[in-house]
Amino acid sequence: MRPLTEEETRVMFEKIAKYEKIMKLAANISGDKLVSLGTCFGKFTKTHKFRLHVTALDYLAPYAKYKVWIKPGAEQSFLYGNHVLKSGLGRITENTSQYQGVVVYSMADIPLGFGVAAKSTQDCRKVDPMAIVVFHQADIGEYVRHEETLT
Amino acid sequence: MGRKLDPTKEKRGPGRKARKQKGAETELVRFLPAGISAGAVQTAGKKGPQSLFNAPRGKKRPAPGSDEEEEEEDSEEDGMVNHGDLWGSEDDADTVDDYGADSNSEDEEEGEALLPIERAARKQKAREAAAGIQWSEEETEDEEEEKEVTPESGPPKVEEADGGLQINVDEEPFVLPPAGEMEQDAQAPDLQRVHKRIQDIVGILRDFGAQREEGRSRSEYLNRLKKDLAIYYSYGDFLLGKLMDLFPLSELVEFLEANEVPRPVTLRTNTLKTRRRDLAQALINRGVNLDPLGKWSKTGLVVYDSSVPIGATPEYLAGHYMLQGASSMLPVMALAPQEHERILDMCCAPGGKTSYMAQLMKNTGVILANDANAERLKSVVGNLHRLGVTNTIISHYDGRQFPKVVGGFDRVLLDAPCSGTGVISKDPAVKTNKDEKDILRCAHLQKELLLSAIDSVNATSKTGGYLVYCTCSITVEENEWVVDYALKKRNVRLVPTGLDFGQEGFTRFRERRFHPSLRSTRRFYPHTHNMDGFFIAKFKKFSNSIPQSQTGNSETATPTNVDLPQVIPKSENSSQPAKKAKGAAKTKQQLQKQQHPKKASFQKLNGISKGADSELSTVPSVTKTQASSSFQDSSQPAGKAEGIREPKVTGKLKQRSPKLQSSKKVAFLRQNAPPKGTDTQTPAVLSPSKTQATLKPKDHHQPLGRAKGVEKQQLPEQPFEKAAFQKQNDTPKGPQPPTVSPIRSSRPPPAKRKKSQSRGNSQLLLS
Repeated sequence: MRPLTEEETRVMFEKIAKYEKIMKLAANISGDKLVSLGTCFGKFTKTHKFRLHVTALDYLAPYAKYKVWIKPGAEQSFLYGNHVLKSGLGRITENTSQYQGVVVYSMADIPLGFGVAAKSTQDCRKVDPMAIVVFHQADIGEYVRHEETLT
Repeated sequence: MGRKLDPTKEKRGPGRKARKQKGAETELVRFLPAGISAGAVQTAGKKGPQSLFNAPRGKKRPAPGSDEEEEEEDSEEDGMVNHGDLWGSEDDADTVDDYGADSNSEDEEEGEALLPIERAARKQKAREAAAGIQWSEEETEDEEEEKEVTPESGPPKVEEADGGLQINVDEEPFVLPPAGEMEQDAQAPDLQRVHKRIQDIVGILRDFGAQREEGRSRSEYLNRLKKDLAIYYSYGDFLLGKLMDLFPLSELVEFLEANEVPRPVTLRTNTLKTRRRDLAQALINRGVNLDPLGKWSKTGLVVYDSSVPIGATPEYLAGHYMLQGASSMLPVMALAPQEHERILDMCCAPGGKTSYMAQLMKNTGVILANDANAERLKSVVGNLHRLGVTNTIISHYDGRQFPKVVGGFDRVLLDAPCSGTGVISKDPAVKTNKDEKDILRCAHLQKELLLSAIDSVNATSKTGGYLVYCTCSITVEENEWVVDYALKKRNVRLVPTGLDFGQEGFTRFRERRFHPSLRSTRRFYPHTHNMDGFFIAKFKKFSNSIPQSQTGNSETATPTNVDLPQVIPKSENSSQPAKKAKGAAKTKQQLQKQQHPKKASFQKLNGISKGADSELSTVPSVTKTQASSSFQDSSQPAGKAEGIREPKVTGKLKQRSPKLQSSKKVAFLRQNAPPKGTDTQTPAVLSPSKTQATLKPKDHHQPLGRAKGVEKQQLPEQPFEKAAFQKQNDTPKGPQPPTVSPIRSSRPPPAKRKKSQSRGNSQLLLS
């Protein structure tokens, strides 16, 4: 889990505000029967930290400042929940600092998930092919792998 | 390509290649021992959806001998056991479709010395024969009893037979096994024999008069056929009986065959995230072989085969498409949700239709997706998040709890839980585990859900008021019967679904008769449309009131304001033409029209007319008087003249009296005042009018003119009365044909009929 950047926070609340109308209608439905409303961005843990789910990807991806593109061969691996190695790295936004939150894309510009940069852009150039460059945090493969925990 | 022409290379193994290379067959014919049949079906490239049919069959091929007897109709496999190495080369020239391969499997043993093309021709004829043309010739030729069908017995005879005519191996006519034998079908039935018998019987029944065996009744043949079908296709008796009722015999076999094979895999593009063209391109790049689904769908794609799992591509995970059956796209197309509407999807799992609606609405408006099964709701949540649907609330209620929870939706989609007889290819267990109880239980639940769904629709919605009811079942009990029930119980009517293909629903079935508008519903079958069995009906709700049926057949509507607006315009329209000098007849007609919805009105007219005559004007026939008398009667329980009916009428009218009195007052006023008089209402007017009524008989002419004028003005009031009566008596289902016209003023109306009716009605009102 990583803290939200300011931009992400703003974006998230903007989107949430759009659900007001739907929320009012949903108020009719008793709490135990309401399963889901709108889009689930994430969940708060017991210690009140906010865990972002892959379901928020659609909203955050367009606003991502730091992006990472991975090669087609490495797509499957990332979608299974593995980290991204240098050998699978296609492109990375300039000036990405270490431990920066990034959005992972395929080469066809399809957002695949979230990650954290393990190395800054500069370091990525220098490191050997088997080193991890992006830590996996959430990916769209979870729709199939973790269907039960999505909500 | 050299491999193809290498005669010495034997085709071994279960692989597709071994079967595919038909070119080598011509060489291999020389090497084939007698009796080898070419049963394997080739999947030569992509032939469209059929290749999917072929695929499962093809997979069965590799296991020669043992299990093939069970599953395949190809009897030659027996022979092929000895030549297991070469089985793959037997490929027939018949590569077109599997169905051909099934029918006359016995033929193939004769293929020993024939070229593939000849074999194909034979198969073709075999197919035609299966259609019954040549069966008859076959049947009548011999007198022998039915023998054991052995692979070797066929070829010699067939080859002798006119070159090219015959297909069928066994030339003896089909003889129904003696009654005793009919019952003992038990141990290890020979499937090939059973299959042949099925075809024989179908052929005979097609031309029963000519081909029947003497002394055996049609029902014996049918029974035998039913048993054979049950054995061959592994159906339970109950379901097979239902299917035999639904389909004619030839279609029945096709239907059963179609259920053995899965339907093609189809998917729907998620237009919220991508376009069909782009998606097709992306998938093709991944190695998926696909095509657009058809002219009727702008977002559908059919997948022939794929080198990657189609449910796990990155495009799928990114929510660019959803795997959905073709028939599941139809109800949403029929419902046609518009943007910014409020939709309810009562049984939404796993969310395919819900997401389709959301993409049609472009994520505007609100969808309430409900399902009673918590487990399946998880998949709904997952799918909707994946596809980027944001306008949906997902809830976990029993569908029958709507509209109590929340109602007033613009449109409702009800994909009711059903017995699943249309998706047997997906779930073969349905063949045996459904019986009468299950169907009836399903039907009961569906009726309850449908009524709840209807109540959740808001009839006065500006853009909507529609409901689509659909099931994936083909039984009449779950489809037409449920729809017919709803038509009787609620203020809805069926409207065209907007789907221009599909079979029309039944308006009658065996002993049941359904409303004729059921023709606008649609049925889909696996064997005719190559999609799962489905039934779709689209309703329009035209009134929010709920009819309450009484003991009689007539239904009374609870009073709501909705009815009034409907009635008033009518009267206004009709009152205008009334403004003619001699519009007596016309006014009467108008009155009749206005009062059509009310059954009781006719009786009242007659009863009232008499009363009116006595009270109001001299003109007994003038409808105005009838109308006015109706008003008057309520306030004045005068039993004037033919007051036989009047008390009853007044009884009825009394209930409406507050309303009517005011309208009557207006009526009276109008009678007194010149046409277009003021509408002041004073109770005092009543009495003068009453007196006037007594006087009126003397003044025929003037009141006539005035009466007409008054009548014309009274017409607008009638709607109120009508509305009142409507609420009491009848559901406003449109104009009813006029009964005896009260126009015949001079003649007393047929007393008896009206009397009883009025009595009946009054009882209804009072009860």
